[in-house]
Parts: sequence; C-alpha cells; structure tokens
Amino acid sequence: MARTDIEDIEVELFQRALLARHGYDFGGYAPASFRRRVLNLASSLGCGSVGELTSRMLREDALLPNVIAGLSVPVSEMFRNPSTFRALRTEVFPILGSYPLINIWQAGCAFGQEVYSLAILLEEAGLYDRCQIYATDFSDAALARAQEGIFPARDARQYSENYLAAGGKRSLSDYCHARYDFMKLDDRLRRNVTFANHNLVCDGVFCEAHLILCRNVLIYFSDALQDHVLALFRDSLVRNGFLCLGNRENIDFAPAGRDFAAVDAAARIFRKNAGNG
Amino acid sequence: MSAPRAIVIGCSAGGMRALKEVLSKLRSDVGAPILAVCHTGSEDVTTLCELIGASSTVPVREARERCRAHDNTVYIAPGGYHLLVEYGGRMSLSVDERVAFARPAIDVLFESAADVYGHELVGIVMTGANHDGAQGLLRIRQRRGIAIVQEPLDAEASAMPQAALDLAGADHCVPLRDIAPLLNRLCER
Repeated sequence: MARTDIEDIEVELFQRALLARHGYDFGGYAPASFRRRVLNLASSLGCGSVGELTSRMLREDALLPNVIAGLSVPVSEMFRNPSTFRALRTEVFPILGSYPLINIWQAGCAFGQEVYSLAILLEEAGLYDRCQIYATDFSDAALARAQEGIFPARDARQYSENYLAAGGKRSLSDYCHARYDFMKLDDRLRRNVTFANHNLVCDGVFCEAHLILCRNVLIYFSDALQDHVLALFRDSLVRNGFLCLGNRENIDFAPAGRDFAAVDAAARIFRKNAGNG
Repeated sequence: MSAPRAIVIGCSAGGMRALKEVLSKLRSDVGAPILAVCHTGSEDVTTLCELIGASSTVPVREARERCRAHDNTVYIAPGGYHLLVEYGGRMSLSVDERVAFARPAIDVLFESAADVYGHELVGIVMTGANHDGAQGLLRIRQRRGIAIVQEPLDAEASAMPQAALDLAGADHCVPLRDIAPLLNRLCER
C-alpha cells in the first residue's frame, strides 16, 4: 500500500498548510472521507488540483470560510432516524424532567435541523421552558444557516413524515411557514437556543450538560480523536448524563467509550457511568 | 498477476438476485474481503444480509465503522451511509452528500478502495437502473485494478453496467452466471 500517489501528497500538504496558516487541525480526521471532501472542495472552487487549492488558501484569507464550510459538509434532516427521537422522547425526557434546569448540548449542529427537531419535541413534552440548548459547530457559515432556520420546501414532506414517526403530537406545519420554495421554522423555537462556535478538535468543556447530542460527527474522526471527544463529552456531562450518537456509530475502539453504558443500543443512546464524576 | 487483496461489488435494481447468484458460487477461500453496495432504499440491511447469506459460501454482514474487513467475508454498506475503506483495511462510514442520487454510493466505495488497494483490487458493476459505479470503476482502472462488468443485455437493468462500460470500459464483460467462476479463477493462489 505505497502512498506515492500525487493526490495523496497534495491532500497531506493541504492539511499541513491549513494547520500552519490558519490553525485548523484536520490531522485527526479519517483519511478516506477527508480526502473526498478536499477533492470536492478543490473542484467546487474551480481549482484544477489540490495543490492549486492549497496555494490559494495560503494567500487568500477571504477563502477560509468557504474552505471550512466545504470541509464540514453538513448533511442532515429534521428528525433524522425518527426512532432515535422517539427514544429520546420516551426514555430520556422523563428523566430530564426531574431537573429544575436542563442543559442540552448539540455538538456539530450543522444547519440546525436536529436542533429544531429537539426544540419541537421538548416543547411538546412541556420541558422547553426549562431548557438551555447550546448548539455548536466549528463552521461559522453553518452556524449562520442554523440560526436562520430556513430549509428547502422540497424537504418538507420527508421532515413531516419523520416528525410523525418520531411521535410528534401535532403537525410539523404548526411550527413553520412556507415561503416560496422555502420553509422557515418558527423563531420562538430558538428562544432558548444559543448558537456558538466550538471546535471539538481543540476546544474544551464549556457547560455542564444533562444531554449531549452528537450525531454522525465522530464517524469522521480517527480512533484517537474520537476518544478525545468522548472524554470531552464525559467531562461535560453531569453524573448519569445522556449521550446520543448517530445510528451506526461504534465506540468500542475508544477507551473513553467504556465510561458510557448503552441505555438503548439501537437508538445509540448512552448514559455516563456512575462512578465517573 | 497476483491474487486480489480486496473485491468491491456494486449493484442496484435487481441487485439482490445478482449478488445472491455470485455469492452462492464463490469459492469460500477467496482470500480477500468483499465489500458491496446494493441500493435498496431501505435503512435496514439486516434482511438483505440474511437473504443473501442464506445461500452464500461466505458470511454476509452489515459493514460496521472502524472494524477491519476480514478475508472471506462479505460486508454490505448500511442504508443511508457511504461505505469507505481506509489505509490498513478498516472500514469507515460517512453521511456526506448523495453521489449520483445515492447513499450509499458505489462510486464512493470504489474510489476509496482503489486508493487503498490499487492494482490488487477487483471491482464489479452489475445490474442497475442508474449510472452509479461508472466513475468508481474508472478510478479502479486508472489505478490498474481489474474491472468486471455484467453484460448489459444479460442484466435485469442494463443502464448501470452500460454506463460503466461507456465511461470506464472493462477487463471482463460477462453474463451474471460467469462472474463467480471468473472471480474464483482470479483468486487462485
């Protein structure tokens, strides 16, 4: 498996240049997907090669937000994997309800689809007004989109089906207005949400959370970085706090994974083990 | 030519029957992992694994992220996720955008496998009604891997194998019934 391919070298140099010039460290990302993203980014910015992208990134500071947005490629949908949201509602919310104030951290919120999904279910459970939701991402472009809460109308049908499958009690249209080709989520859903830039690679604990959602983010990380972030989650959670991951995520290779016990293995909902603070 | 270190298979419409046919006649000691994308439209591939596994000569499992792809085992990409191979032969998943309207996409699996295994890879495109896999097969051929395409006229849906032939060409273009015997020969050690 000799890595003598020119593209391999270019991707490695791009990664080193991004760290040296702008301080963003992608060294802990799983190579196969990272490589795809860099190649896609180069072609979407009209660069003939990754080498050309590196050269432009070094000299054009204005390009950085596009680079970061391109490398984060936030793809999600409202109530993605409805069974997970149903499990949150039936298994986790009743326990959250026992706290006077509830802190929830959505790590890697991307365009915010899951933040709004969560807000809706918390509202229907009568818990929202006791909640503080921190929605974080390392891409400012993604955070700006998340704050707008505007999604293409063509996704509305899928979102509605997901909402009902997740156990929603009303109709998704009660929470948004259709405008031309877009749907805009009700501003009131954002009243207890704080959007903030946070990079899981290098930033630390900033709140004491009762529930952390981080779905399909760690799948892009190497074992070592996955372990680092799981430890960060462990240290951010209250005793017996909950962690919800993506449906196909595997934490068996991370030592910090042993600090969590599955509450609902299929929904990938874990609880911080008692005895870990 | 040396025996391949990995085999990747892509199929779509009619793909389950095609996979079943190939895997039921495959030698059980191919000496390489087999990674497959079969578009099903379903999030859950458990049933697919069971149906194909019932007659397969080798175990058929859903691909799990971070796990090593072992020889003589078939790994099916889970619904809703791209399946990729990392250097060192471990599998990873992604929820990046659909490619050719598909996630999992054959192109994503083939391109990552081509990067890792180079000329020691066999890629197979079978029946399907879209053009996923063509780009991936091209990458495999650029890296001197072996490309097998099901004869379009023999396929339940001819569009996908035809698109692969048009873009990438093939080292072998054969009817479905000849794919397993061909693989068995290529994997002789």
